[in-house]
Amino acid sequence: MAERSNIQPFSIVIAGSQDAVRDGIAQTMAHLASLALPQEKAGSVELVLAEALNNTIEHALATITAQTRIEIRGSYTADGLHLTIIDQGKPMPRDTPPAGHAPELDVDLQNLPEGGFGWHMIHALARSVKYVRINNTNHLSLHFDIKP
Amino acid sequence: MELTSSREPGLQIVTVQEQRIDAAVALAFKDRMREITEEGTEPVLLDLNHVQFIDSSGLGAIVASMKNLGPDRRLILAGLTTTVAKVFRLTRMDSVFGVFSTVEEALAEIRV
Repeated sequence: MAERSNIQPFSIVIAGSQDAVRDGIAQTMAHLASLALPQEKAGSVELVLAEALNNTIEHALATITAQTRIEIRGSYTADGLHLTIIDQGKPMPRDTPPAGHAPELDVDLQNLPEGGFGWHMIHALARSVKYVRINNTNHLSLHFDIKP
Repeated sequence: MELTSSREPGLQIVTVQEQRIDAAVALAFKDRMREITEEGTEPVLLDLNHVQFIDSSGLGAIVASMKNLGPDRRLILAGLTTTVAKVFRLTRMDSVFGVFSTVEEALAEIRV
């Protein structure tokens, strides 16, 4: 079995705006590069990160007009890969991540949903998703079943 | 958002010349797709060979583009790379769209 390199815990800070999301993803994936993840796994991590960041921008930070920042923390332990997204936006409704029921597709083509898939994909690809609010700050923790 | 277009008999092929269809460019994709297809009447084959990544916004934009073609024009997809295929599979949208590995396979199927 190939040895997987280790990585140091890392922290990335980006502006809390849609424009900064691609850069946040790129920086995170660069930190994870030395893990030499199979492309399929790396793709899953990238997708979950994109959906979670988009959700933060669209919901938590939707009404924030002042400049704000998003922090992405990553660590890799015997327990797997952990990414945590931290922002100063609104709390998550009901203090818990949406369940992410996949939208119904058994409809006329003209009525197909164009959204509502994000949380379904996050839950499908991450081993666990946890949300806590600490001192007016949202912490969304994503855990992936990728082990050293 | 760069899309290029070519024509085969009975088909318009639109090739996405971008690596990502994500939240940053979803609206631009929809707008550009509308522009590039609005004068035609044939089915559209969307060649996604260059696209390495879509998120749910990108998927939504592709769905919107399909709806925008109207009920009489199919939108068919070809060249889905790993993560793109994953998004279509997880959301079950691969059962809604005709999906082909290559443009050649799509053309062969359509010609039958």
